[in-house]
Amino acid sequence: MKKLATSIALALSLASTTAFAEPAVLYDLGGKFDKSFNESAYNGAKRWADETGEKFAEVEIQSDAQREQAIRRFAEAGKNPIVMAGFSWATPLGEVAKDYPDTKFSIIDMVVDAPNIKSTVFAAEQGSYLVGMLAALASKNGAVGFIGGMDIPLIRTFACGYAQGAKDAKEGMKVVSNMTGTTPSAWNDPVKGSELTLAQISQDVDVVFAAAGATGVGVLQTAADKDILSIGVDANQNYLHPGKVLTSMLKRVDNAVYNSFKAGVDLETGFNQMDLSNEGVGYALDEHNEALITDEMKAAVEAAKAKIIAGDIKVHNYSSDESCPSYEF
Amino acid sequence: MNRLPRWIDLIIIPAISLLLAMLFSGLAIWSIGEDPFNAFKIMIDGSLRSTYGWGYTLYYATNFIFTGLAVSIAFHARLFNIGGEGQAVLGGLGVALICLYIPWPHWTLALVGASICGALFGAAWAAIPAFLQAKRGSHIVITTIMFNFIAAALLNFLLIGLLKPAKVMEPATAKFPEATNLPNLHEVLGLFGIPFSKATPANISLFVAIAACIVIWVLIWHTRLGYAIRSFGQSESAAKYAGISSTKIIMITMLISGALAGMMAINNVMGEAERLVLNAAEGAGFIGIAVALMGRSHPFGVFLAALLFGFLYQGGAELAFSTSIPREMVVVIQSLVILFTGALDGMVRAPIERLYLAMQKQKTVAE
Repeated sequence: MKKLATSIALALSLASTTAFAEPAVLYDLGGKFDKSFNESAYNGAKRWADETGEKFAEVEIQSDAQREQAIRRFAEAGKNPIVMAGFSWATPLGEVAKDYPDTKFSIIDMVVDAPNIKSTVFAAEQGSYLVGMLAALASKNGAVGFIGGMDIPLIRTFACGYAQGAKDAKEGMKVVSNMTGTTPSAWNDPVKGSELTLAQISQDVDVVFAAAGATGVGVLQTAADKDILSIGVDANQNYLHPGKVLTSMLKRVDNAVYNSFKAGVDLETGFNQMDLSNEGVGYALDEHNEALITDEMKAAVEAAKAKIIAGDIKVHNYSSDESCPSYEF
Repeated sequence: MNRLPRWIDLIIIPAISLLLAMLFSGLAIWSIGEDPFNAFKIMIDGSLRSTYGWGYTLYYATNFIFTGLAVSIAFHARLFNIGGEGQAVLGGLGVALICLYIPWPHWTLALVGASICGALFGAAWAAIPAFLQAKRGSHIVITTIMFNFIAAALLNFLLIGLLKPAKVMEPATAKFPEATNLPNLHEVLGLFGIPFSKATPANISLFVAIAACIVIWVLIWHTRLGYAIRSFGQSESAAKYAGISSTKIIMITMLISGALAGMMAINNVMGEAERLVLNAAEGAGFIGIAVALMGRSHPFGVFLAALLFGFLYQGGAELAFSTSIPREMVVVIQSLVILFTGALDGMVRAPIERLYLAMQKQKTVAE
């Protein structure tokens, strides 16, 4: 057993002394082309590949049981660094990472404490705060909606920041929040996303923010059909329904993957927070929504952004204490 | 003689079915612009040419042996148990509860306890459809398949509430305590000086599965109960005439079937994940149907078919890891094998039967 471990370690250390090792990215169950989180990870990897002309390994797993296998498979093949997109990788990574001390791992959306792991988390509450402000400023009925995917603390963090931003932008703003479900299938249920949107429209909501993976595709579609505004998430989704998507809350998963790939075997491990100050989160502004965002709205949001970076506005992070002062779940 | 000899029935027909499945999978791979020969080479290299590959192949095979046996014993009584998936899920719940809440001193005791508890939970889940079939005539296919959904919903409910530790985002239980962790094949075979990859989930439950094959073989062909089950399956009215209670046989067969499916959890829940996650059974309950069909409901056939499907699963995973063949194509290959070996069995059997009989006839004429 020891012999095998040392031979693996030896093989890996040989691999890491060479100037370059092929990096790898592991997508979560939603699949590579989900127009959201995973696709964003893919875009980051692709950008790195286009710039450097190098290749990278990638895999879309078929089931939870393959997580540990996938990490081990890439680690044994000498891939370095290995980037994982999604919090579900945390438990298997915690198991596997100690067997491959010379491989660098990078996990997105979750913190795993080990000397060879870089954990990247996003200050989703900050980006959500900004799009919450935009939603409130664009709303004519005085009611904005939030549709989450799976009901987990991570998604409540989005909802909480959104509610705080909306209420700070306009006094007495009504915020309606719904979660699609409690299991991972909630990330991929566009039909239910559509139904929830209709239910929120019946409560006067005229701007709806979807933080629900592929479920959000249904939210954005229904919002466009019913002629209300919607807000996309993770990747820039403005192009999906030009003129109907107010903006997108950007979570630069692509940057996280890109940076890890670029750092290569010299990846700096430890905790890494991506927030407004380092462009880790933000809101999307492009040709598809420039007519929707007025100069006043933009000025207000930019001012708030500067204040958040300076620490003058504190956006509450739901995950820190599992409570939300701006919204009652 | 107008029956096929056993070697044609058991070897030639499955082999031809497999070749056909390979041919069509090869065409499918070729049609998306990949090299089919390379793909099959990767599948075989990745699953059979290293102890690492064998470890995963055997791990998947262990799951399929349990569920395959579960389906096949029900087949002997002409009961179609499609609920293996739900019974395996419930077995997982039983294993998780007993691992989490009883402080086991040693894994040997934990394995015995978990096997019994998993089997009990699986059997209990099969008992309700069995009772409805025996007493009310509700068709077992319909009830067992519906119970799969109830099992999934029950597990969802428990894993997002009662069983989930605080501050965790994933719907899963806590890790089981160290004392319940089963030794993997690396440790077991290491005792005999056989080197085996350390990084695979194959564990001692493989031997439990093999033991289960032997027990089921003895039960079906060498006990009174097995005889009763088989005669009930061959002809319900004849069995009744012989004094066999149909209620009793339906109940007992389904309880054994559910128990076998539930025992799968010692492999995937206790042996591999060491915690209970959503969808832990990963469809093994359904694969069990294909395994039982292909194995002709014989424990040894089930064992071989389970190995084949273990190979397909592990080979498919390797394909996804090392080529740009999308994961959907892996599912296509697996389904083609199921289609040809299970559903289209008659398509291969009928012409071979005719050919064989024609040859026999010629022989007798010549004589």
